[in-house]
Amino acid sequence: MAIRKLSYREAINEALAQEMERDPSVIVMGEDNAGGAGAPGEDDAWGGVLGVTKGLYDKFPGRVLDTPITESAFVGAAVGAATRGLRPVAELMFIDFAGVCLDQIMNQAAKFRYMFGGKAVTPVVIRTMYGAGLRAAAQHSQAFYPVFTHLPGLKVVLPSSPYEAKGLLIQSIRDNDPVIFCEHKAMYDVTGDVPEESYTIPFGEANVVREGDDVTIVALGRMVSFAQQAAEELESSGVSAEVIDPRTVSPLDLDTILESVQNTGRLVVVDEASPRCNLATDISAQVVSEAFGDLKAPIKMVSPPHVPVPFAEPLEDLYIPSVQDIVNAAKTVTEWSK
Amino acid sequence: MPKWGLSMEAGKVTDWLVSVGDEIENGTELCEIDTDKIAGELESTWTGVVRALVVEVNVSVPVGGTIAVVAPADVPQDEIDAVVAEAREQLESGAIEDDSGPKVQTIEVGGHQISYAVLGEGDSEHDPVVFVHGYGGDKNSWLFVQEPISADRVTYALDLPGHGASSKGVGEGTVPSLAKVLLGFLDAVGVSRAHLVGHSMGGAVITAAAADPSGSGKVASLTLISPVGYGPDINAEYLRGFAEAESRRELKPHLLNLFADPGLVNRQLIDDLLKYKRLDGVDEALRTLVAGLVEGDKSAVDVTADAAGFGGPVVAVWGREDKIVPASNAGGLSGSATVHLVDGAGHMAHMEKPHDVIAAIREATGT
Repeated sequence: MAIRKLSYREAINEALAQEMERDPSVIVMGEDNAGGAGAPGEDDAWGGVLGVTKGLYDKFPGRVLDTPITESAFVGAAVGAATRGLRPVAELMFIDFAGVCLDQIMNQAAKFRYMFGGKAVTPVVIRTMYGAGLRAAAQHSQAFYPVFTHLPGLKVVLPSSPYEAKGLLIQSIRDNDPVIFCEHKAMYDVTGDVPEESYTIPFGEANVVREGDDVTIVALGRMVSFAQQAAEELESSGVSAEVIDPRTVSPLDLDTILESVQNTGRLVVVDEASPRCNLATDISAQVVSEAFGDLKAPIKMVSPPHVPVPFAEPLEDLYIPSVQDIVNAAKTVTEWSK
Repeated sequence: MPKWGLSMEAGKVTDWLVSVGDEIENGTELCEIDTDKIAGELESTWTGVVRALVVEVNVSVPVGGTIAVVAPADVPQDEIDAVVAEAREQLESGAIEDDSGPKVQTIEVGGHQISYAVLGEGDSEHDPVVFVHGYGGDKNSWLFVQEPISADRVTYALDLPGHGASSKGVGEGTVPSLAKVLLGFLDAVGVSRAHLVGHSMGGAVITAAAADPSGSGKVASLTLISPVGYGPDINAEYLRGFAEAESRRELKPHLLNLFADPGLVNRQLIDDLLKYKRLDGVDEALRTLVAGLVEGDKSAVDVTADAAGFGGPVVAVWGREDKIVPASNAGGLSGSATVHLVDGAGHMAHMEKPHDVIAAIREATGT
């Protein structure tokens, strides 16, 4: 491996570029993905609203498409193109906009393989931004991925670092099923070690980010780095925490979580999504069902309150699960007694 | 603070094995060091008296930071104090320029992009040492060995095709074809004669290189660590399992066979190997290599005739607890080589007992 530091944004961009280079059927489409590039007077303007696809237009002329502000149309077009042999990567600017194209995802993309008896494949990737923390208010800050996890036929990916972002996106593009690739908008400038070579990270394989014996902390997406910080704090007070990043929530690697809980007997699940019917409730329910006898304490779920993401800055800061929330939850379960 | 591995940025001294006033020499164990990847013992490449220990135990020190001062006994104490003060000031300010570690470069050899780490300076008296890793390994596996050996000569640790940061196509992927790449590498970096050190498959590769007509006169000595090709026994299940494993859960049981101490198979090692295995082209490279290395449950490689024709020194190191290429094969070396069987080491003697491997290389190079 030839390793160097890349940002989350650069890692995603490099994955797109390497796959477009390798496979001419890969195309990129979305609002402002070219961003005026190719128009008179413009070379490479936006590259998507936060610049993730910047530079691709010049490298792959004709394969980076700007679309109208009509998610139902371009997501539908991407799904249709996927059934006809392309591997489109459509950028749904904010996951909050899924509402207007949900039928294309839920009733079309997710169902084709099943309803056509395996004769149709839909290798489409929908890249989309989620998460709070950028002062973008209630319609641009949600962590809506549990809804996609609910739908059979979709694969749902939550990269937690630049390394995961590149490898999981390449895997998403090569996968023959529709993939919802959820990028946390507050992580684009986070940097980390990324190999120069192309590589894939298999779906359904959790990453044990840190080993520990007292409590298992399962965390998703941006919350993985919060859980790591919490684990460091816990270590200084004598609590040894294991941190698990599922990396994909559909499919979910429950075995790795169960194996860890068997050892620690205690579980904290950290999920930035709204607390009802989110991944924390789902994972907790499955662990209780499969490993009740291993648990030494109730499971703690760390999620935001059940309210829209506030626009007021102090309230938004309070809304997002914090490192301290995770530390407190871990202490509650390690100190719990009947 | 040494640089053990190309990604190491800092380490902690966890235990001092010497005290102020101790006389030390080349090979004296100075301290135990822990990095985020690996723990090991630092060996002295200096001779003199330990005049000061600069850092406390369990404090993170950047690579290149001064951890101790060694000087002849007659250097006045105030000079030592001044050096310690300067070192502490540097550590506190964080102004440490690290240029101590190996430099990584890439060079083209017969259509392969070969990545290598070069360290040390030498002269015409001291031929360079070239390290060749085994199947699934890379140049980083020499992290405990390359630095001490580079004290008096240039050292190169390369990534064979299909490994590390080299290009992943292996071509035929047979031992003789890899030996050609190794000889091409020597030409490409301008080394006319070298001491070769090879681990496992790399041991077979360096032996084949010594026997290759185009390698004639280029090979000064061979140091073999658990080499392939000297006997029929090989853990074919490991080779195939390593190639096929796709997850931590699948890979770990195979890796436990590598070391005498299974505790060395930590999360970091597994993660690094999985990261390597996920690179495009690695699967195919490993499968091609396995096809050349084993036939059924036995070794498909025999380099004993190559070794017999080599006139230079041959020194072998074999972990007694090797579960990949068992030490029972060492009989294939009798007569042609000095063989050191090492207690407490498995297949990875250069990581588990680096001291013994360093000593063997010094024996082979005549230093």
